[in-house]
Amino acid sequence: MLVIVPAYNEAATVGAVVQGIARERPGAAVLVVDDGSTDGSGALSAEAGAEVLTLPFNTGYGPALQTGIKYALRRGFAAAVVCDGDGQHDPGSIGALLAEFERSGADIVVGSRYLETGTFEAPALKRAAVRFFGLLAGACIGQRVTDPTSGFKALGRRAMRYYVSDLLPISFPDADAMITAHRVGLRIVEVPVKMHPRAEGRSMHDGLKGFVYFFNMLFSILVTVMRKDRLDPEVTDDDPRDAAKAEGVRGVRGAAVPPADIRPGAAPPAQD
Amino acid sequence: MALLFLLLIFDLVRRRRLKIEYSWLWIATGCSIVVLIWRYDWLVWLTSAIGAVTSTSTLFLLALFFLAVVNLHYSVRISEMSTRIKDLAQETALLQNEVKRLKSAP
Repeated sequence: MLVIVPAYNEAATVGAVVQGIARERPGAAVLVVDDGSTDGSGALSAEAGAEVLTLPFNTGYGPALQTGIKYALRRGFAAAVVCDGDGQHDPGSIGALLAEFERSGADIVVGSRYLETGTFEAPALKRAAVRFFGLLAGACIGQRVTDPTSGFKALGRRAMRYYVSDLLPISFPDADAMITAHRVGLRIVEVPVKMHPRAEGRSMHDGLKGFVYFFNMLFSILVTVMRKDRLDPEVTDDDPRDAAKAEGVRGVRGAAVPPADIRPGAAPPAQD
Repeated sequence: MALLFLLLIFDLVRRRRLKIEYSWLWIATGCSIVVLIWRYDWLVWLTSAIGAVTSTSTLFLLALFFLAVVNLHYSVRISEMSTRIKDLAQETALLQNEVKRLKSAP
């Protein structure tokens, strides 16, 4: 199991996040995707013991996350957990995500801060927007969605292949990404997780950006439901040269297939 | 003027400053300007067909339409480019990590 931490200028928190994950999940591989940070987030993550991927410039949350998932697929991880580098996601909840992942056999397990309310306070406007997108996404996929903007999730290999494909609405991979995932045949479940308010810095949905985000997301959902997407294992695998890899993982959930392009033994053993 | 414009397009392509696949739109524009000058009566006919009063408004309309199409075309190209740049950036990060790993391996 690999824990992916996308980080953009999170020097104040990312080290503690990496250490927290190592403490909670000893033996789990931690990968920090340094999204062109200018504050030394990458070096701090490496110091804290994480593997680091350094993007040459800031690409945004979606592409950074996708980089981490490409890494996970290529190195043969059976599952990946995505956890923010700003300290909002409690590493203690990774266990809950993975337990549900094993139990339900779902492709995507989303950690929701609202499923058991009372642990997270957000401004009224944001809560209203989250509820609105939750209802909208819920209506589209036919199940209850309480936290459509949550970036705290566990992904199986089928879900990872979706995340590296062109099908992913990469600019704002939230509610629209969930709807697309459902439409390509992935199974999604939510579990309650603990989230902390941000200790440092500003959220990517603050102020005017939140307003822009609202309409971008609305439009993205609109085009998402107008598309006819299908997840084809052969076509959507990140490495089309390696058709055998896609073949091997189809329908066999949790079976790690070591990519052919990596020397035997070089791939870390799949945990959890 | 129109002929000079056409010459400029050809010269840009000749000097490899403009790719062939992008030049057609511009050549078509240059040619239509030449045609409309040469056969002014066609422009007059078009003007009455679209219900405009003066032929200048027809030209403005065509120019606006043309600019809108060009901009849309560029937006599509830019979207394609940004996807490619994103893929390249991701690949750079992944390969860099791979190189580091290979170097540190015994």
